[in-house]
Amino acid sequence: MTIQEIEKEIVEEFDIFGDDWEGKYEHLIDLGKSLPLIKEEFKTEDRIIKGCQSRVWLNSELKEGNVVYTADADAIITKGMVALMVRVLSNHKPEDIVKADLKFVDTIGLKEHLSPTRANGLVSMINKMKADALAFIK
Amino acid sequence: MKEQNKIRDQFPILNQKINGYDLVYFDNGATSQKPLSVIESISDYYKNSNSNIHRGVHTLSRKATELFEQARKTVAQHFNVKNDQQVIFTAGTTDSINMVVQGLAKNYLQAGDEIILSTYEHHSNILPWQLWAEENGGKLKVISLLDDQTIDYAAIPALISSKTKLIAITHVSNTLGLITDLEKIKTIAQKNNIPVLVDGAQSAPHMPIDLQKLNVDFFVCSAHKMYGPTGIGLLYLSEKWLKDLATSKPGGGTIKTVSFEKTEYADGALRFEPGTPNISGAIGFAAAIDFVNLVGINAIFDHEHELVQYAQKKMSEIPEVIIYGKSNHKAGVISFNVEGQHPFDVGTLLDKYGIAVRTGHHCTQPLMNCLNVQGTVRISFAIYNTKEEIDIFIEKLVKVIKMLS
Repeated sequence: MTIQEIEKEIVEEFDIFGDDWEGKYEHLIDLGKSLPLIKEEFKTEDRIIKGCQSRVWLNSELKEGNVVYTADADAIITKGMVALMVRVLSNHKPEDIVKADLKFVDTIGLKEHLSPTRANGLVSMINKMKADALAFIK
Repeated sequence: MKEQNKIRDQFPILNQKINGYDLVYFDNGATSQKPLSVIESISDYYKNSNSNIHRGVHTLSRKATELFEQARKTVAQHFNVKNDQQVIFTAGTTDSINMVVQGLAKNYLQAGDEIILSTYEHHSNILPWQLWAEENGGKLKVISLLDDQTIDYAAIPALISSKTKLIAITHVSNTLGLITDLEKIKTIAQKNNIPVLVDGAQSAPHMPIDLQKLNVDFFVCSAHKMYGPTGIGLLYLSEKWLKDLATSKPGGGTIKTVSFEKTEYADGALRFEPGTPNISGAIGFAAAIDFVNLVGINAIFDHEHELVQYAQKKMSEIPEVIIYGKSNHKAGVISFNVEGQHPFDVGTLLDKYGIAVRTGHHCTQPLMNCLNVQGTVRISFAIYNTKEEIDIFIEKLVKVIKMLS
């Protein structure tokens, strides 16, 4: 599936909840719980995204031309958001990742998590994901 | 209850919905909301009296100067300061502390000198001292906390040496609400002839403060935490330091005469207020004090104390809730965590229910390390909060815990 197709799939998944924010957040929390954890050896200081209330770890690797992300967060809602980002961006060509606009976050009504406060590390994480992808483009 | 409604009516911001729920504002430790009288005092000033102060001969300038100096008197009276000139308007608590540190660094502190702080200081009362220490070879000594997170007063004498030049201590912990026993601090300080700075950012909004009785060298606080505007605060100097503290921010308005060879500085408060001050801020600060006095600072303390007791009791009935700093001697603040959950998650979900709380380290990372937590959730009260709001908070907190587990 392309990045756009995965985004569409997520939008449909969240559509079920309509205005029911509690349902939406319960789903997000479930997603957070299901995120495959980053390998413990990767939970290092240099992989931590600092300056946020919840800590986020990100590891990026290039496998057969695709970027593979693994990530973790210590707050479950942040982790749910991280899971969504990994699902959308992981296993794609670096060129496609760099171009992704991630509009689905707005569409599913979770844009507040991308506000430029220091509360969660999401914006910094997306920047890091794209920067890592860019670094893989030779 | 009727009285309470009258008070709430003064705060139009409280009457709004967040995500479809009535706003419950429990983040007063960060900043309080402003009553109409404060908002209108600022608007009135700009509508009717705005002008630059202290230098103008025209009527508006005199009017603005009078309002500004009247604000100084109002602040002085409220804190029972002997001489109005001991009230210096600053940008707030952080600015005040920085002015003290930089002033002392010029003619009082020397390499090798030591400053004593407590573990539960706000970063604002750590970083300026730390920077001074790093740049000038100074040293910070830290008073530890007991198991109940209160200050270990007995540990202080051992920290004092011939190099100790000041004790800088918070009056009320912003994170825990615990009240420092300043009499104990003063007894030790006076015995050793050490000046004391009190960070009153979290005490001034909640309890009566008599600066003549308190008799410390420096007292600082911010208007915005006590129903006033942001960007204005108090630096109180004892009579000795009003003369002796070096000015670190020279500028227009602070002088008697200037030539390129030699400048003679003004006496009193003006020496520390360079440039055009925050005139509307000072007027708003005075209006906030008038509001506090109308309600009564003792009534505010009692009301908030009752809310803390009520909330703590209800929260203790939820098995997953861990409360920090349980001592009874505290202002309107409760810091807690939900076992196994990140404070960020708890705060995010409470916000979805319209409840504004603070989460994180509260600019007290050394205290967080001492508690061995990443952060906490903090609720903090003001005069307009109610038991009904606490009931809503408890109900939603239980829901949040269920959602997260």
